[in-house]
Amino acid sequence: MDPSIPGGAGEALYRTMVRIRAFENAAETASQGGVSAYGQQAAGAAKVRGPLHLSTGQEAVPAGVCAHLRTSDYLTSTHRGHGHTLAKGADLTRMMCELFGKATGFNGGKGGSMHIADFSVGMLGANGVVAAGLPIAVGAAHAQKLLKKNDDITVCFFGDGAINRGPFLEALNWARVYALPVLFVCEDNRWSATTASGPMTAGDGASARAASMDIAATQVDGNDVFAVHEAAARLVGEVRSGGGPRLLHALTYRVKGHVSVDLAAYRDPAELAAALETDPIARTRGHLLSTGVRAATLDAIENAARDEVDTALAIADAAPWPDASAAFTDVQSTGAGQWH
Amino acid sequence: MALKELSYAEAAALAIRREMEADARVVVLGEDVGRGGIFGQYTGLQQTFGAERVIDTPISEAAIMGAGVGMALAGLRPVVEMRVVDFALCGMDELVNQAAKNRFMFGGQGRVPLVARMPGGIWDASAAQHSQSLEAWFAHLPGVVVVSPSTPQDNHGLLRAALQCGDPVVYIEHKTLWAVRGDVDEDIAVPLGKAARVREGNALTLVSWSKQMQACAAACDALAAEGIAVDLIDLRTLWPWDRETVLSSCARTGRLLVVHEAVQAAGFGAEIAASAAEATGCRIARLGAPRIPVGYAPVLEAQSRIGAEAVVRAAKKLLG
Repeated sequence: MDPSIPGGAGEALYRTMVRIRAFENAAETASQGGVSAYGQQAAGAAKVRGPLHLSTGQEAVPAGVCAHLRTSDYLTSTHRGHGHTLAKGADLTRMMCELFGKATGFNGGKGGSMHIADFSVGMLGANGVVAAGLPIAVGAAHAQKLLKKNDDITVCFFGDGAINRGPFLEALNWARVYALPVLFVCEDNRWSATTASGPMTAGDGASARAASMDIAATQVDGNDVFAVHEAAARLVGEVRSGGGPRLLHALTYRVKGHVSVDLAAYRDPAELAAALETDPIARTRGHLLSTGVRAATLDAIENAARDEVDTALAIADAAPWPDASAAFTDVQSTGAGQWH
Repeated sequence: MALKELSYAEAAALAIRREMEADARVVVLGEDVGRGGIFGQYTGLQQTFGAERVIDTPISEAAIMGAGVGMALAGLRPVVEMRVVDFALCGMDELVNQAAKNRFMFGGQGRVPLVARMPGGIWDASAAQHSQSLEAWFAHLPGVVVVSPSTPQDNHGLLRAALQCGDPVVYIEHKTLWAVRGDVDEDIAVPLGKAARVREGNALTLVSWSKQMQACAAACDALAAEGIAVDLIDLRTLWPWDRETVLSSCARTGRLLVVHEAVQAAGFGAEIAASAAEATGCRIARLGAPRIPVGYAPVLEAQSRIGAEAVVRAAKKLLG
């Protein structure tokens, strides 16, 4: 960890991670019985329904990267996108409302967890398709370059599973060919759904593949928020100053199963135990305490996050469902009303 | 009024030129567009507007379509060139799961105003992977507009309308109509979703689109010589399709024949036929290709073509 990070910034990173963790813990609880998968049957009573992909244990990556972003920067996300969304500055309560399927959610209940988006803070959407965000991100970055409004950039999060899909290659090649202002961030959590990524991946993974396309890649301990923060500071700066695309390869670990009802029983318990030893939130707390931050300060951050999430749960629960007519809005303008 | 005699390809290039002149947000991206495109449908545009707005790309259909989505979300209005509809299949996630879903799925936060050009139909002697008519796939897809023009005038007017409409548009020109010439009036607006009544008659309603209109027009000539007057309708836009024009004609003639180059089974003709049956109870026949891949040898390729004689036979059977 980088002990030189200025005072206050460490606590801000800690707050971001703790808010993500608190949000996802609550969503996980609210999702049990919400989907028929992994031997469980949907019971109908769950508040958060359908597949819920948790980024528990990976919070340091969005926290460290997004600390360097502006509201006007774009971000594309994955199916595991709650952390990216919060770190980019989106409202936690509206995200909870969306998970509950309520009219007051970001998408008016049309998307749910897998399609969380908050365009008002440049968060162009989580995505239900692995690697789908990559071409969209390079398109957004291409527009930024063509429109030349300022030095805004696009950050594209994706997982280690995505690097085995064609759009990964197409998008990285594209970004390099046109020297676009895009930072690719591979959150390498070592699992592709319920299959370990390592045996399914030839070569040395995301950074090696980026290097093969002349995109400078930096590998970092993705569970060390200060290391992520420091690496991202440099990479975001290089991208912002017109240096072309960069890739940050963050090595982390998916603590939970593929979705919230997947207990990941297929995994070696020792692997999980080892990963939990490097939990980014516990590490950050330990580090901050060692640098003189008071425990009460960190406790207050945690309590505030829990209170915020409890309030969000209550608000989401009380919020209205979308009107059935919303199923027929925002489909398309040309031919709206012609449903058959 | 600016009347010109133009080819189907020139009419399209002029449409994009006019829209690029009028709107700095319009850009073109795709393979070989700087050289004018493989069919000449982008001729001269890069020379005028530069390589930043008429963007030559790698052979990366997923990235072309996906980048088009990202560009559209970020404020541009891209023309996305897929070369042929058969290659657009390499960008299907980006079209179906991203472009078509974005606006609804994200609750109306964004728009994807892109026009994806993907020429369809049999390209002479080009065999199974370059000869498909897949418009029904896209007509089945909520969130997109589907256009298939048959004349230079319509290609000009509909392409401009597509670029202005703000929705994702699947724009299916025909691979072998490029050289067809005709008068083009730049000032004529051709609205999306409006069919063209090309011939008027009371014996039969004949609905078709794209290049298949040629065989249908020839069939109408042959039938007219026998005193049979056909109401010939060029659908032009497949979604939203012009129910009013088609169904009112069916109600008047009492007979509908739908003809398309695409495979008949589950083709878009089936949708029109079923709608006409529900709305008017008229007599109905469909005519499309057999459900076979398009073959290379002339005799094989011919099995997938619907000629004027076949249209005449089907019409007479329906009248009989």
